[in-house]
Amino acid sequence: MTFDQFLQYVFSGVTTGSIYALTALGFTLIYNATDVINFAQGEFVMLGGLTAVSLHDAGAPLVLAALGAVAIVAVVGVVFQLLAIRPLHSAGILAQIIVTVGASLALRTAAMIIWGRESLPLPPFTGDTPIKVSEATILPQTLWVLGLTLVIVVALQVFYRRTLTGKAVRACSVNAGAARLMGISYSKVVLLSFGMSAAISAAGGVMITPVSFMGYSYGAILGLKGFAAAILGGLGNPAGAVFGGLTLGILETLTIGALPMSGASGYKDAVAFLILLIVLFVKPQGLFGGRSVEKV
Amino acid sequence: MRRSHVVLVVALVVAFAMLLVAGCGETTTTTTVAAETTTTEVAGPSGDPIVIGAIVSATGPASPLGEPERAALVMLEAEINKVGILGRPVKIIIEDDQSNPTEAVTAVNKLIQQDKVVAILGSSISASTLAIKPITEAAGMPLMALAASNKITDPPVDWTWRAPPRDFLAVGAALGYIQNTMKLTKIAVLHDENAYGASGSADIAARAADFGLEIVATESYKNEDTDITAQLTKIKGASPDVVVVWGTNPGPAIAAKNMKQLGMTQPYVGSHGIANKSFIDLAGDAGEGVIFPAGRLLVPASFTDPAQKAIVDQFVAAFTAATGNPPPTFAGHAFGGLTLVLEAINRAGSTEAADIQKALNETKGVITPDGVYNYSPTDHDGLTPDDLTVVMIEGGTWVLAPQ
Repeated sequence: MTFDQFLQYVFSGVTTGSIYALTALGFTLIYNATDVINFAQGEFVMLGGLTAVSLHDAGAPLVLAALGAVAIVAVVGVVFQLLAIRPLHSAGILAQIIVTVGASLALRTAAMIIWGRESLPLPPFTGDTPIKVSEATILPQTLWVLGLTLVIVVALQVFYRRTLTGKAVRACSVNAGAARLMGISYSKVVLLSFGMSAAISAAGGVMITPVSFMGYSYGAILGLKGFAAAILGGLGNPAGAVFGGLTLGILETLTIGALPMSGASGYKDAVAFLILLIVLFVKPQGLFGGRSVEKV
Repeated sequence: MRRSHVVLVVALVVAFAMLLVAGCGETTTTTTVAAETTTTEVAGPSGDPIVIGAIVSATGPASPLGEPERAALVMLEAEINKVGILGRPVKIIIEDDQSNPTEAVTAVNKLIQQDKVVAILGSSISASTLAIKPITEAAGMPLMALAASNKITDPPVDWTWRAPPRDFLAVGAALGYIQNTMKLTKIAVLHDENAYGASGSADIAARAADFGLEIVATESYKNEDTDITAQLTKIKGASPDVVVVWGTNPGPAIAAKNMKQLGMTQPYVGSHGIANKSFIDLAGDAGEGVIFPAGRLLVPASFTDPAQKAIVDQFVAAFTAATGNPPPTFAGHAFGGLTLVLEAINRAGSTEAADIQKALNETKGVITPDGVYNYSPTDHDGLTPDDLTVVMIEGGTWVLAPQ
């Protein structure tokens, strides 16, 4: 492997990894507020991408299409919480997790009926002339994804640590009962978390569609990889989620490059998940996981 | 599908209703599809319907293949019932395997045991077809495969025939083009890890030497991979003269874009799996110049045989009227498969499995958009390499590749 090739593998890994990271962030937000693992998270990514495609085709400028898609999917996230999760509040976490599995199937089927079965494209935000670094290339769109991911992570940290609402969310995640006694509206915190989680995943979907297209069935695999990334980084830690996503993406592409034989690409998922398993054996709470995940 | 869904849905409902009306109404004209099979019938069909089963991948990753097949079968059922077969109406029960072999097995058991079909078409994808083949073979049920994997009819089996050109022909056309027209020798293979891509890749590996070609790299991707630059980086490092991509959408379109991103200037030779408009829409500029083997239906101007041209023209007109789009080659496979089965039933004068089997094995000179079929007890494919052509994408449409 030459240095240029190595660089290219890293760039490729960052491209795939950044979308895992944004999906993982979505998992993190909902988990923090409710202890629920939302298996419909990947569907929010898919809905974001496809909604942006539709808005753009309807004549909206790209920026408005992107923002509109994020807003619409945020509303979907809130409605999803109100209709599917909230009625099960007294039924316990497990029932709520199972209903997210059902919701993911429902959202996927709805998307298939609305957008059809073929993958759809979206133009890149700022052209598709690759940027050359040495002999390796990276698309401007990947830089957008990466940059916006960092902005989102920083904004989240500020939100959680500096704002009253953010502190309320953290309070709920530590002890919902005690937070309620302090006058924090738990139901509003949960609603806010679902909205934000859906919005962030949708943003990921909008940003990745110019690179990889978007189709109704993409949510399942993105959700799975995003979940793995969230676990790797330590469920509940936004920065860990991003680190986990990028690591998983780069591991996949480096596997292709590092294995000497022809046809190594068939092993990339196996190697990536093997490393994930090893990490979890050594450090069950994930790389940056602070608190125990026993509850899940 | 994107713009004004409401309008589209209304249009579909109206079109469908019109088809139904046309199908049920009293008809005295002999029409396109049935013209081949029954030319003397003018009265409407009566009696118990002849029930044909079909398993297509109308949803899931292979829906660009299965959905046009489903649309073609719905349209053809209405057309055929204007005249019927053996004086009886034809009922086609269409099952969707969701691009999933497990679902295909469920569907084939339902069709055989519950619906009591006399023959089955399908499935759209090789994995599903290979999953249902043992069941239809054991049941003595005629199966007209709509998928391309060599393994479906090789080694020959008693109850399975095939309508589309198999991978063997497509691989031969692609490699032959690289050898004879491009005059290149070093190839890299990038393939989907599904049954279609793996079978194609294995075939390329086995036969490259026959075409004087050397494989310098083989890499694969999963259908849901969002980026293939890593695989292409490795391929680029092996310096091939040409990159052969064997898969179905959206992977090959991502590969085309990624090759452009990496500045790879090698020609891109694809498979017949990208013979649809979806590839052109997705790949955009990156799709220009892509070359692949395909059925002649993709470039209707390439039909030279007048008899075949007449049938194709009628099919294109009927499919376009019914769906608003010209038929992709996959719709042609469904048309061909149904024609072959119904022609055999008509010739046999019976719907008994053994009679259909005998008639199918004696099929001679049946013309469909995919070519001219001559089956025998040992040849259940019936096509020759001449039935394929090599196509290039130019200006967002298909043209015959430079010879």
